[in-house]
Amino acid sequence: MPLSTQSHVRDEHYVLAASLDNVRNLSNILKAIAFKEHAFFNATANGLKVTVENSKCVQANAFIQAEIFQEFTIHEDSVNFQVNLTVLLDCLTIFGASTVPGVATALRMCYSGYGYPLTLFLEEGGVVTVCKINTQEPEEPIDFEFCSTNVINKVILQSDSLREAFSELDMTSEILQITMSPSQPYFRLSTFGNSGSAHYDYPKDSDMMELFQCTKTQTNRYKMSLLKPSTKALSLSCKVSVRTDNQGFLSLQYLVRNDDGQICFVEYYCCPDEEVED
Amino acid sequence: MDCVVTGSNVKVLAKAVHSLSRLGDELYLEPQENGLALRTVNSSRSAYACFLFSPLFFQKYCFPQNSVLRCKIVAKSVQAVFKSLSSLEKTVEKCRIELNSEKSRLTFTLHCKHGLLKTHNLSFQDSESLQAVFDKDSCTNVLTAQPKLLVDTVLHFPPSLEEVTMSVNNERVLFRNHVEEDTELSKAMMTELCLSAVEFDQFTVDTQTEITFCLKELRGLLVFAESSSLPVSVYFDEPGRPVVFSLTDSVLEVNFVLATLSEEFHPHNCSNSNTNRLPAPPAPDDFMNDDMDSYIIAMETSEVAGDSSCPLPPQDPLIPQQSKSNEEQHKFRVESESEDEDEQQEEEQETVEENGRPPNKKFRSLFFGSVLPSSSQMSNKTVRSQKILASDSEDETALDSP
Repeated sequence: MPLSTQSHVRDEHYVLAASLDNVRNLSNILKAIAFKEHAFFNATANGLKVTVENSKCVQANAFIQAEIFQEFTIHEDSVNFQVNLTVLLDCLTIFGASTVPGVATALRMCYSGYGYPLTLFLEEGGVVTVCKINTQEPEEPIDFEFCSTNVINKVILQSDSLREAFSELDMTSEILQITMSPSQPYFRLSTFGNSGSAHYDYPKDSDMMELFQCTKTQTNRYKMSLLKPSTKALSLSCKVSVRTDNQGFLSLQYLVRNDDGQICFVEYYCCPDEEVED
Repeated sequence: MDCVVTGSNVKVLAKAVHSLSRLGDELYLEPQENGLALRTVNSSRSAYACFLFSPLFFQKYCFPQNSVLRCKIVAKSVQAVFKSLSSLEKTVEKCRIELNSEKSRLTFTLHCKHGLLKTHNLSFQDSESLQAVFDKDSCTNVLTAQPKLLVDTVLHFPPSLEEVTMSVNNERVLFRNHVEEDTELSKAMMTELCLSAVEFDQFTVDTQTEITFCLKELRGLLVFAESSSLPVSVYFDEPGRPVVFSLTDSVLEVNFVLATLSEEFHPHNCSNSNTNRLPAPPAPDDFMNDDMDSYIIAMETSEVAGDSSCPLPPQDPLIPQQSKSNEEQHKFRVESESEDEDEQQEEEQETVEENGRPPNKKFRSLFFGSVLPSSSQMSNKTVRSQKILASDSEDETALDSP
C-alpha cells in the first residue's frame, strides 16, 4: 500500500488528516447545507463541524462525528479553515455523484495549517485524483446563542410528514409562519400567498409527533427564502426537531442516517422575520 | 355552501381539477341544486369544460337555497390544493369545501392521515355563470367508446400537434392530422388512423362528416376518462358546430365542448363532407346557424375596426373579406393575454396560407352566456332560446366583470 505508507510519513506535517471509505457520507451531508459558497470548517477531536451562513439571518451547521471517519487525526485542539463549498463538493463528487451499488469513492483529506490548501485524495477503482483547494481567511460564524434553557417550545416530528408539507408550501408566500402552542392548533405551518392562505396543522397526538413539549403559544414568521434551503436537509433526514426560544429564534435539527446507518446531524438556525401583532 | 368528499372521491375531484386546469386559467365554481358545477373555458374560447358532481357524490352537500353563489378562482391555486395526486390517494381521507360569500373565501380542508389537517383559504371573485351553448341531443352522430380506445388513438399523434381531423362514415372513423402544404417535406408527417365501427360501444352515424378540433384539450379529458374508466361519448355533426365529449356516471357528468373548424368552403372538404347527409337535421334556431361566427367576430372586434360593426355576410366566400376576417380574428387573439404562442403561430400559418388551399377555415367561437339566476338551473339542453343567446353576445364584458 504505497499510498498509505506515504501518507503516514506525511501525517507529521498535517494538523488534520481524515479518511473515509465512502465519500458520500461526507458529500451528502454537505449538500444539505450548500446554499452559500463559503463554508467554515471547525475540526476538534470530536469531529468536523461545517457552517454556512446567509445574510446573518440563517445559519446551517453540519456535524460529522470523528467516528464516521475511518481515520481522524488532529494535532491541535481546534483547527479552523474556510473553503469554497461548491468547489469542495465538485471535488468530492469528481467520480460522479451517481450511486453504483458496491462501488464507493474513498477519501483522504489533509490540511497542513493556516495558509495551506486543503488537499483531497480521492480514489475509485484504483484511480487516484488529488485536489488542492485554496483555503480562505476564516470568518468566524455568528453565535446565535440558541440555548436549550431558553427554549419555549419543542416538537420532534418524523421527517416524512414535514417533507410533504414543505413540498406543497405555497412559494408565492414571502414568509412561513410557525405557530406552536400547548392548545389548539398545537403545531401549525402557515403561508400567505397570492391565492390566499394555507395552514398545515399537526395535532399533538399524531403518530408523526414523537415529542411535544410546548409551554406557551408562540407565533413567529420566518422568511421563506431563508428556510427554503433547509428542505435539502429535510429530504435527507428521518427525524426533525423544531424548537423556538424566548426571542422567537428557530432551531431545526435534522437527524440524518448515512449509507452505513450511522447518524449525523444538520442544524439550521433562523432569526424571526418580524414581530406578529395580535 | 358546505360539502364533504370522502375516500376515493377525493381523487376523482382532484383529477377533475387537474383536468380543468390543463384547459383554462380560471375555474368557475357554482353550487347548484343538482350538484356542484366546476367549469372552465380556454383563453381562446374554443374549448369549454364542465364537471357536474351530483349531491350523491358528496358525503354531505349543502348549497344555499335562497342566495346564488358563483365564484371564479385562479385554476392554479385550486390545483395547488391537490398538488400531488399520488400522495393524495395515500394520505387524504376527507376533503371539505366551504364557500363563504361574506368573507369572499373558498376553503378547502383536507383531513389527512396521522391527524394532519391542511386548510387552504382561497380568495375568489364573484362571477356570472359560465355556460356554453351546446345541444348534445340534436347531434346526428354519436359515438361511444371505452376511454382506452381513444387514449390509444390519440397516443399516435405527436404531443405538439394542435388539431386533429376526425371523419366518419357508416363503417369507420378516421383520425388524421393536416399537413400544411408549405411544410418541408423532410419534416412533414401525416398520421392516419382508422377505427372500425365494431370497436365502439355505440356507433350512430346519420351524417357522414369530417370535423377538425383541438387535440390538447381533448387530451385533458382523456386523462380523466382513463382514470375513471368511464366510457366517452362523442356528439357531433357538421364542421363548424361544436363537438361534445361526454362522460356520464350516476354521480358525475362531464362535458367537454370543443369548437370545430368550419370548412364549408374547403374544396377538398366539399367533396368529402356534407355529401351523404341522410336526414337534414333541423337547425335549432337562426342563431345556431353558420353566420354566428362572423357575427361574433364582428361583435368582438367592432371597437378595433370601426367599419366592421355590421355582421359580415356569412356565406360570401370573397377573398378580400376573408383576409379581413383573418386580420380581425388575429387582433382578437392578440388581445387575449394568455394565448398560447405556438397555437397563435399555427393559426396564422393556417390563415395566411398563400396558395389558398385550406383557406377558409377558422375556429368557430363557442358562445357563453351570462345566464340569469333563474335560468341557470336549466340544463344544457334547454339553453336554446333566442332570448338567452341574445344576452350571450355580451359575454366578454359580462364574464370579466367581478
